[in-house]
Amino acid sequence: MSDTNTSMVEKYRNNFLKEVEANVEEGEWVKMCMQCGVCSGSCPLGPHWDHPPQELFMMIRAGKRDEVLESTSMWMCTSCYNCIVRCPRELPITHIMHGLAHYATRLGIEPKNQPTRKFAQLFWDNLARNGRVNELKLGISLYFMNGIVEGIKTALGMAGIGMGMVKTKRMNPMEILGGHTVKDKKGFQAMIKKAQELEAARVDN
Amino acid sequence: MATKEYSFYPGCSSQEGASSSNYLKSVNTMCEVLDIKLNTIPDWNCCSASIGYCGGGELPRLALSARNIALSEQHNAGQDIVATCAACWLATKETQERLEMDGDLMAETNQALSEAGLTLKNENKIRHMVEVLIEDLGYDELGKHVTKPLEGIKIAGYVGCQTNRPFGIEGESFENPKYLDKFIETMGAEPVEKYDKKVSCCGGALAFSEPEKSQALIKDIIEAAYDGGADMIVTPCPVCQMNVEVYQDKINAKYGTKFSIPVTYYSTLMSVAYGKSGKEAGLDGQIIPAKKLEDIAGK
Amino acid sequence: MSDEMKIGAYICNGCGLGERLDSGQLETTATRDGKAQVCQQHDFLCSEAGVKMIQDDIDNEGVNRVVIAACSRRAKTDAFNFENVSIHRANLREGVIWVRPDTDEMTETTQEMADDYIRMACAEAKFSKIPEKSGEQGINKNILIVGGGVAGMNAALEASKAGYPCTIVEKSAALGGATAQLYKKIPTKAPYADPEDTGVDEMIAAVEADSNITVHLNSTTTNISGAPGRFAADISAESGSTETRDFGAIVQASGFTPYDANQLPEFAYGKNKDVVTQMELEALAKEANGGAIKRPSDGKEVSSVLFIQCAGQRSKKEGHLEHCSGYCCSASIKQAMYFKDQNPAIDTTVLYTDLRTPGAGGENFYRSGQQKGVIFTKGIASEVVDGANPTVKFKDLILDEDNDLEVDMVVLATGMVPNSGQPTRAELTDMDSEDAEAEKAGEEVEIRVDVESILNLDYRQGKDVPHMANGFADSHFICFPYETQRTGIYTAGPTRRPMDSYQAREDAVGAAMRAISEAENAGLGRAAHPRVGDLSFPTFRKEGCTQCKRCTVECPFGAINEDEEGYPIYNESRCRRCGTCMGACPVRVISFENYSVDTVGQQLKNVDIPDEFDEKPRILVLACENDAYPALDMAAQNRLEYSAFARIIPVRCLGSTSLSWITDSLNSGFDGIVLMGCPSGDNYQCHFVKGSLMAQERMSKVGDTLETLNLEKERVQTFEISITDIHRVPQIINEMAETIEQIGMSPFKF
Repeated sequence: MSDTNTSMVEKYRNNFLKEVEANVEEGEWVKMCMQCGVCSGSCPLGPHWDHPPQELFMMIRAGKRDEVLESTSMWMCTSCYNCIVRCPRELPITHIMHGLAHYATRLGIEPKNQPTRKFAQLFWDNLARNGRVNELKLGISLYFMNGIVEGIKTALGMAGIGMGMVKTKRMNPMEILGGHTVKDKKGFQAMIKKAQELEAARVDN
Repeated sequence: MATKEYSFYPGCSSQEGASSSNYLKSVNTMCEVLDIKLNTIPDWNCCSASIGYCGGGELPRLALSARNIALSEQHNAGQDIVATCAACWLATKETQERLEMDGDLMAETNQALSEAGLTLKNENKIRHMVEVLIEDLGYDELGKHVTKPLEGIKIAGYVGCQTNRPFGIEGESFENPKYLDKFIETMGAEPVEKYDKKVSCCGGALAFSEPEKSQALIKDIIEAAYDGGADMIVTPCPVCQMNVEVYQDKINAKYGTKFSIPVTYYSTLMSVAYGKSGKEAGLDGQIIPAKKLEDIAGK
Repeated sequence: MSDEMKIGAYICNGCGLGERLDSGQLETTATRDGKAQVCQQHDFLCSEAGVKMIQDDIDNEGVNRVVIAACSRRAKTDAFNFENVSIHRANLREGVIWVRPDTDEMTETTQEMADDYIRMACAEAKFSKIPEKSGEQGINKNILIVGGGVAGMNAALEASKAGYPCTIVEKSAALGGATAQLYKKIPTKAPYADPEDTGVDEMIAAVEADSNITVHLNSTTTNISGAPGRFAADISAESGSTETRDFGAIVQASGFTPYDANQLPEFAYGKNKDVVTQMELEALAKEANGGAIKRPSDGKEVSSVLFIQCAGQRSKKEGHLEHCSGYCCSASIKQAMYFKDQNPAIDTTVLYTDLRTPGAGGENFYRSGQQKGVIFTKGIASEVVDGANPTVKFKDLILDEDNDLEVDMVVLATGMVPNSGQPTRAELTDMDSEDAEAEKAGEEVEIRVDVESILNLDYRQGKDVPHMANGFADSHFICFPYETQRTGIYTAGPTRRPMDSYQAREDAVGAAMRAISEAENAGLGRAAHPRVGDLSFPTFRKEGCTQCKRCTVECPFGAINEDEEGYPIYNESRCRRCGTCMGACPVRVISFENYSVDTVGQQLKNVDIPDEFDEKPRILVLACENDAYPALDMAAQNRLEYSAFARIIPVRCLGSTSLSWITDSLNSGFDGIVLMGCPSGDNYQCHFVKGSLMAQERMSKVGDTLETLNLEKERVQTFEISITDIHRVPQIINEMAETIEQIGMSPFKF
């Protein structure tokens, strides 16, 4: 699927734009961007994006497929929805960012070590298994997502916070043994599986 | 006024031993006073918040909220679904909207739901608790139950992102919503005028994955509250509450600040103003104790 | 009318005037100093009873000079509107009681102010005549329309509908102009999503079917003389025949010429056949007529096209156009749709720096282009490289990188050059200093230009209407579109300012309406705006005239020609009654019946000048009636105070200010003079274009007069005032009062 040899001639052709329109959540909106830059100016983590949303949209139109999909930019989205409510063209920018991140993941070309990428995957795995999120397990996996040594350091650094949460009964150490789940785990997992199948069939067409 | 009944979606963070269990506590106390009955959706699941998008594609994520709505239709027929968590409300409402707009997605969602023995009609309203308070009860009604006005407390009303955008509360602006300030006033406290970080982002889920960047945002939110002379911060969102409260020591260590400002929920304020005990108001869930509220609750 | 003068003064006691002022004293002043033969008071002068009181005196007592001592001349004009008499207003409300504090110690100076305004109004009455039409006029309902494009045709259709016969003179062999060359036009109706048929054929059919419209094809106007109501135009056909027709007013809709793309060698225009202009693409699209558009070089069906916006425009480079032509962004979107609608797989890229899609539907049309998959790239093209396929080199401004793109075809959005004819004599001499010197020295300057005239006006000032920025024949009158600086000639369409065909059509309706109203006004001998309805016109005393030509040179409207001996010839209906000629005349021989060196000069001479030791200075304020005087009125409405020593006289335009008013007032003991005119320069607000500029130039020489009188130069100051300067005007007056306090009283008091 990956087409890395985009020639200069094809650079400003519609190919990648069409791919995004077909496969990325809310991707059909990308062409409607008018390059005003309000989204970029409204983003709380704006300065940390390699390519702010407006630029990503232009890159998509310019056919910069790999640069877009391998970018860490959309993983900087905090889902604050500032860009959405301010966009004069009413582009669902937050959703497009999520959609691009997901599409890159689906293709296996997302930036593997991006911390939010890792956290987001852990979150999904956690919820997809049990139907509900187990904050303690999520937290522990998060601390160790960069390896055991880093994890111990992070965990020690966060220990104060953890203790505060435990003391106020907002974190339960016993959850490590099991914790919250939906009762109909089987039905829940079957539903997710079906949804994933249906989506795969649509995207891969 | 007759008892009002709603189908209730509490969400993961409100569970026992989870980060906003104290929110649920105060909500229950508040609802008892206001004669609101919350019928929890049986066997509800996670909404995937705004961070499930890496592993979860559009349809699987929609299916999550669709399952909750379908369960509500089955067990709490005809009732509006109410959420207290901003992300839960947002994800559920977004699902409802998108399935309403897109017949194909709706059909596929129902196909997935049938694997769990459910079908979705998608007919009930999805609402935030704040909407219920404003629209179904009104500020006058909320004020009637105040027995211990929160006099002498100045509070920064931190609305945050997802209770405010993209849906927000009817009649409020995205840039300067007023309802939280009105709650504060109704409870007898003084809101911080022109709190300029009122709708700024705390980093949300990225507080975990991008701690430094998020803490820089949180620092500004707290600083602005202090600048406005606030004794405490109040918010309608569990993620906002946690992010703004629990990282204060880390921010102090990094920036040399001396932050120690309590952050509570609107429902905490109301429970105390309605004359309930600190425990009933969930004040024991404060990592940074809300001393002024405790004093009033203890009177 | 017998001109046995009888002044009736009417003093109002309403609006608090009765409480603040001693009306008995005012009556004495009017009769003793003002020599009013009749004087009456009323508690509510603008009421029906008050008005009737005045009318009765006019009817029964023979009062023909009515002095209203009440509110500002700008208030209650409907009530105080009497026929066959002259009306003079002593502004006691806005000019006195509203700008002075109501305290005991101020009563005396407030009363003095009011008494002076009564003396001034009576003096003006004494020296005014009641204007009558000159008799030169006659109604001519025929409208000449120069140009047969959509603007010209629509002007004709609209004027004809209103009952005015029209004559269209079109240079080419067919009606339709530039729009007829288009395949389709930018949409004009909701949802503004697709190109629309031009509608030109229907318009042409409507014009041809209209018996009230005469069309001259292959023809031009080779001479136009006269004035509104009596224009005589020579219409000459290419074949050589000429006929002369009379017209009441003229609409100039001469359109535009596409910018010459040969001046853009960097884009390979002329070298690569597949680099075309927008107009050339229209021809290709017409040829394809909905089928695939083929490129010129080899007839290949175009599969990729790039539009370069602002090609040779919005640029200060030599040979480029500085202005934005306004229509080209929408035109490129439309043309990209020619391709996309035929085959969505064709790649269409619009390379822009600022996309501008004016008009109600512009944004929708842009969105529609995006929906159809037109790619909009923000960037600047630097070069088109010639080759089998042209390659566009550009800098992408969003991605901040240099790029190039090879396409089948490149379209240049080159913009419009207005067909506005030759520059005027004044414009030419402004450009060329040698000529300017010669002109000033009173020599005849030959106009040397290589541009063909459109109108061929037989005006001393030049053959075409004056040009504004970038050669467009607009008047720059903020509130008066379509007006040119030649009364009775109205521009419409792209000759006035850049626009598309829809706007040009709309524009024509406005210009036609103005032409009709001017034909009617001229027929009645009435002025066009801003002194609408004024029947007066300038006359001159030939015996005193020195043939200096200042009046003919300085008239902003080209109203004055010269006879063989160099005496001025007035064309009354070309005149806007600003009085700039009066201000220009060094020997004071020019006057209007109701506005002259005397009507103002006698006012300032009748101001009571207290003794030097009374410490009551007097400040003369000459305020333009269009902006400064309203600003003063509004300051009064806001109860902003200013010095009780100010005496304000409205003037038609600061350009009408006679230097004698300045010297006379200084000689009679005024301590300071404030002149308030409209802003001048590129963004001028002068209602008469150049009046305030002229005044400022003349006033710059007042320094010499002051020097000879041994007076400080601070005593005379000129200010540019906008109508919104409500808080500034009182401040200016007060600052003059302070200045006088510092430098002392004038020694010229008797």
